[in-house]
Amino acid sequence: METEVTPLAEPVATVAEGLALPPGILLIAAGLLLLALRGRLRDGVILLAPVLALALVWLLPEGGALGLPYLGYDLVLAHGDTLSRLFGTVFTIAAFAGGLFALRQERHAEMVAAFVYAGAALGVVFAGDLVTLFVFWEIMAIASTMVIWLAGPKARGAGLRYVIIHLFGGVILMAGIAWHVSATGSIAFTDLTESPAKWLILGGFMLNAGAPPLSAWVADAYPRSSWSGMVFLSAFTTKTAVFVLMRGFPGEAFLIWIGLYMIFYGIVYAILENDIRRIFAYSIVNQVGFMVVGIGIGTEMALNGVAAHAFAHIIYKALLLTAAGSVIYMTGRSRFTELGGLARTMPVTAACGIIGALSISALPLTSGFVSKTMITEGAIGEQMFVVWLLLTAASAGSMLYAGVKFPWLVFFSKDSGLRPTDPPTSMRTAMILLAVLCIGIGVVPGALYALLPTPVDYVPYTGPHVISKLQLLLFAGAAAFVMLRWLRPGDTVTLDIDWLWRQWPVRAAARAPRRTPVQATSEAMHAAYQRILDIVYRAHGPSGILARSWPTGSMAFWATLLLGAFMLLYYLG
Amino acid sequence: MLDHLPVLQVVVPLFGAFLAALTRRPLPAWIVATGVSVLVFAISIGLLQQVLASGPISYEIGGWDPEIGIEYRVDIVNAFILVLVSGIALFIAPFARASVAAEVPEDRIAWFYSMYMLALAGLLGVAITGDAFNAFVFLEISSLSSYALVAMGKHRRAQMAAYQYLVIGTIGASFYVIGVGLIYAMTGTLNFGLIAERLANVESIAPIVAALSFIMVGIGLKLALFPLHVWLPNAYAYAPSMASVFLAATATKVAIYLFVRFLFSIFGAGFVFADLPVTEILTVLSVAAVFGAGAVAVFQPDIKRLFAYSSVAQVGYITLGIGLATQTSLTGGLVHVVNHGLIKGALFMAIGALVFRAQAFNFEEMAGIGRKMPLTAAAIAVAGLSLIGIPGTVGFVAKWYLIVASVEIGWWWLAAVIVASSLLTVIYVGRVVEAAWFRTPSREVAEATEAPVDMLIPIWILVAATIYFGIDTQLTVGVAEQAAASLLAGLR
Repeated sequence: METEVTPLAEPVATVAEGLALPPGILLIAAGLLLLALRGRLRDGVILLAPVLALALVWLLPEGGALGLPYLGYDLVLAHGDTLSRLFGTVFTIAAFAGGLFALRQERHAEMVAAFVYAGAALGVVFAGDLVTLFVFWEIMAIASTMVIWLAGPKARGAGLRYVIIHLFGGVILMAGIAWHVSATGSIAFTDLTESPAKWLILGGFMLNAGAPPLSAWVADAYPRSSWSGMVFLSAFTTKTAVFVLMRGFPGEAFLIWIGLYMIFYGIVYAILENDIRRIFAYSIVNQVGFMVVGIGIGTEMALNGVAAHAFAHIIYKALLLTAAGSVIYMTGRSRFTELGGLARTMPVTAACGIIGALSISALPLTSGFVSKTMITEGAIGEQMFVVWLLLTAASAGSMLYAGVKFPWLVFFSKDSGLRPTDPPTSMRTAMILLAVLCIGIGVVPGALYALLPTPVDYVPYTGPHVISKLQLLLFAGAAAFVMLRWLRPGDTVTLDIDWLWRQWPVRAAARAPRRTPVQATSEAMHAAYQRILDIVYRAHGPSGILARSWPTGSMAFWATLLLGAFMLLYYLG
Repeated sequence: MLDHLPVLQVVVPLFGAFLAALTRRPLPAWIVATGVSVLVFAISIGLLQQVLASGPISYEIGGWDPEIGIEYRVDIVNAFILVLVSGIALFIAPFARASVAAEVPEDRIAWFYSMYMLALAGLLGVAITGDAFNAFVFLEISSLSSYALVAMGKHRRAQMAAYQYLVIGTIGASFYVIGVGLIYAMTGTLNFGLIAERLANVESIAPIVAALSFIMVGIGLKLALFPLHVWLPNAYAYAPSMASVFLAATATKVAIYLFVRFLFSIFGAGFVFADLPVTEILTVLSVAAVFGAGAVAVFQPDIKRLFAYSSVAQVGYITLGIGLATQTSLTGGLVHVVNHGLIKGALFMAIGALVFRAQAFNFEEMAGIGRKMPLTAAAIAVAGLSLIGIPGTVGFVAKWYLIVASVEIGWWWLAAVIVASSLLTVIYVGRVVEAAWFRTPSREVAEATEAPVDMLIPIWILVAATIYFGIDTQLTVGVAEQAAASLLAGLR
C-alpha cells in the first residue's frame, strides 16, 4: 500500500482545548473492568462510567483529535462535531438508564457485553474516518451478539442468525470501504453519495438499520434477549446506522421509499403481533423508517428532525422497554394473551408505560411530538405531498399498535389474575428517569433543538400543529378502541420474511400428503438445496474425497501430475 | 561473538539435541530444550536488530568463499522468519513439560526433545542458509526429525501418518534436489546470490523452467500447497500435542519462506511472474485450497484435524499473496505467515491443554468445556476471531492487505472470494465455540479442571500477541513491507 494515500478531511488538530479522550474506549474499558468487580463497587462503576463518558463527549474538542497511524493510514479515533455530540449524549444516557435498570440482572456478563456494545456504538459515532468506523462497527456486532446469547439457551438460534446476518453486513461494508479507499485514496468519512462504492457501503449501513429485505433480524433476535438486554439493544445498532446514513448519504432520494417500506412493514407486523417485545422490535423498524425517510428528504429541516427524532426515540423506546422488561421480570410472561389488568398492582410501571406510549404516538407535550413533526414538516417543505400523507397516516398507525394496544392490553383490559408489584427500586428509578426525560423534552423542546446540527427556527407548539395532531390522534385513538377486538391478537404466529431462511427448509422436508403447486415448488427447491449440500458433503464431509486419508501412492501420483501440469503450462505459456 | 550469531543460530539447537540425547531423562532434557529455546530466540532478535540497523549480514562458514563454501545470509526476510520460529519455540518450552510427560512414554521423552531440537535446528538452518544444497540438507534434518516426532504419538494411526509424511516428504525433497541439480548444471554454483546473478545470463531457458517446476512442486509438498496437502491433516492430528504445535506453527512457514526465496530472489519476480503463468496457477490452487480445505474443516468432527485443514486453507491465503506478487499482496502474505504462526501456535497449545485435562479430541468429548476450562476455551475463541480476521486482530491486517491487493490489480472477484471464504472460517470457528460454551458438559469434561498455569501463560501470550499486533501494526507490517520490497527488488 502506498503511503501517500493518507489525506484526511481535516488535519488532525493538536489538542487545543478540551480533553481528547474517545468516550467509547472509556466505556469499553469500564465494561471489561466490570469482569473483575462484584457488589457495590461494580454498581458504582456501572453508574459512573456512562456519566464520565458523557463528560468526555462534551469535553471533546471540535474536529479531529487523537490521531493513530495504522496500516499506513492516519486514523482519527475521536472526532467531535455537533451531530456526533448529539448521538453521543443520548447514547450515554441510554447506557446509564440501561445500566441502572439492569443492576439486578444476575447474569453479570451481560453488563460487560452491553457496555462494550455501548462503547463501540460511541466509537462509531466519534470515528473520524472509515477504518475506525468499521472497526467499532464490528466490535458492536460481536458485543451485541453476546448480549443476545447471554439471555440463555432459547436465544441461541436467534443469536446465531443475528451474528451471521451482521457479519455478512460487515463484509459488504468492508468491501465497500476498501473500494472507496482504493478509488478515492481517502479514508475520510464525508458525504459518500458520489462514491463509486456507494451501493456497497449503503447496503452495509442499511442492513444495520433494519432495512428490507433483511428487516426480520430485528424482531427475530431482540425479543430473545433478557429483560434487561433489549433496553441496550434497542438503543444502539439501528441508531448508529441512522447516524452513519445522515453522515454519508443525506438527500439520497432512494432512501425515502426504503424508509416508507420500513414504516409500514413495522406497523403491520406490530399490529398482528402477540409478544410485547416483538411489537417493540417491529416498532424500532417502523420508527427508524421515519428517520430513513427524513435522511432521504435531506433538507436542513428534515435532517434536524431525524437527529431530534433519533434522540427522542432512543429515550422513549428505552422507557417502553424498561416498562415491558419490568412486566416480564415480575410476571415471567411476555404475551398479551397471558397479561392484562396489571395497572392496579404496578401503578408506577403502568404510568411510565403510558408516558412512553404517548411519546411514541407523538402526543403534544411529549418528546415524540416535538421531533416527529419536524420530519413531516420536512416533507411539506419539499412539496412531497404523497410522502407527507403516508407519514401522517403512519403516525396514526403508531398510535394503534403502541399508543393503545400496549398499555391497554397489559395494564387494563381483562384481568389476567396476576398480582405483581412494581419492580425493585433500581428498575423503578430507571423508568422514572426516562419518563421525566420524555416529558421534559416535550415541554421544553428548546433544550433538544439547541443540540441539533443546524440552528432551528421550527416552533412545534403552534395552534395548527397542535390541533391537527390532536385531531389525528383522537381519530386514531377512537378507531383503535373500536377496533380493539381485532387488535387483541390471537395466540398465533405471524410469518415474516425470515421464514424463508428459518422454516422453509424444515417445512419443505415434511412432505404434505396433498401437493399444491406452492408445495411442489418449495419441495423442488428444497431438494435442490439438499442436493447441493449432499454434493458438498460428499466431497468435503469427514469421509469425503477431500477429507479422507489418501493412499500414499495416490499422493505421489498427484505430486507427479502437478509437476507435469506445471511444466506443460510453463512451456506453453 | 556477535559476528558468529548466524552460525550459532543453528549450532546451538544442534548441540542441544546431542545434549538432550545424552541426558536420557525427562527433566534434564526439558531443561536443555528450554535453555536452547531462550538462546535461539535471543540470537534471532540480535540478528533482526543487526539487519534493521545495518542491512543484510553475510557469514562465510569456515571463511570459505561463497563460490565453493557455504554462505549464511540474513536479510530482513529471513530475519523475520527466524524470529517467528524461535519465538514459537520459546513459548512452546513451558507448555511442553507437562504435555509431553502425559503423552510420550517416559523412556522416550529425552529422545523426543532431542528430535525436537534437531527439527528446530533444521528449520532455522533452512531459514538462514544462503546455499541451495545446504538448504536441502537442513530440510531433510528437519523433516526426518519431524517424522520421528509424529511417530511418537499415542494414537495407533500416528505411525501410519508418520510413514505417509515420510514418503511424501521424501518425494518433495527429491524433487527439490532435482531442481537444484538442474540449476547447478546451468550455473555451476549453489549459492543463492551467485545463482541469481548467473541465471540472467543463461541462454537456454528450458532447463531453468524445468528446475522451477521441480522446485515449486517439491517445496509445495512441504508447505502443503493444495492438492499436495494430504499428508498434513494426519500428521498434525496424530502427533503428540507438543509436536503438533511446533509443526503447525513453524514447519510450513519455513517452507513458505524457501518458496518465496526461490521465486523472488533466485529466479526473479520478472522471470517467474511476468514470463510464466505462475500468478494464474498459484491463484487457482490457492482459491481451491481456501474453499476446498475450508469446507472440509467445516465438517470435521475431530478438532485437531479441523484446525489442520484450516491450516491448509490459511496457507492458501499466503500463497495467494505470493502469487499476486505485488508489494501489497506480498506484505499481506508475509503478515499472514506471522499471524498464522501465532494463531495456530495458540490454538494447538489450547487443544493440547484440552487433551491434557480432559482427553478431548472431538466435539462430543469437548462439549461444555468452556465451563470447566474457561481460560483455555476463551483463548480458542479469541484466536478463532483472529483466524476469521475480525478487526483489531492481526488476522484482519493480513486479509485487509490481500483484499486491497486484489482491488489494486482490478481483480474484484478475488476480493469477493477472500471475503466469502472468511464465512467458512466463521462457520468452523463458530462450531468450536458452540461446542465449548453452549453444550451440556460431557462426562469426560465434568471432571476436568482449568489447564495448569505453565500452559495457560504461553497460550495467552500468543493470543495477546495476535491482538497486540492487530492494533499496533508498526512492527509486523513495517517489517513485512520492507521484506516485500526487498523480495521484489531481488537479491542483487
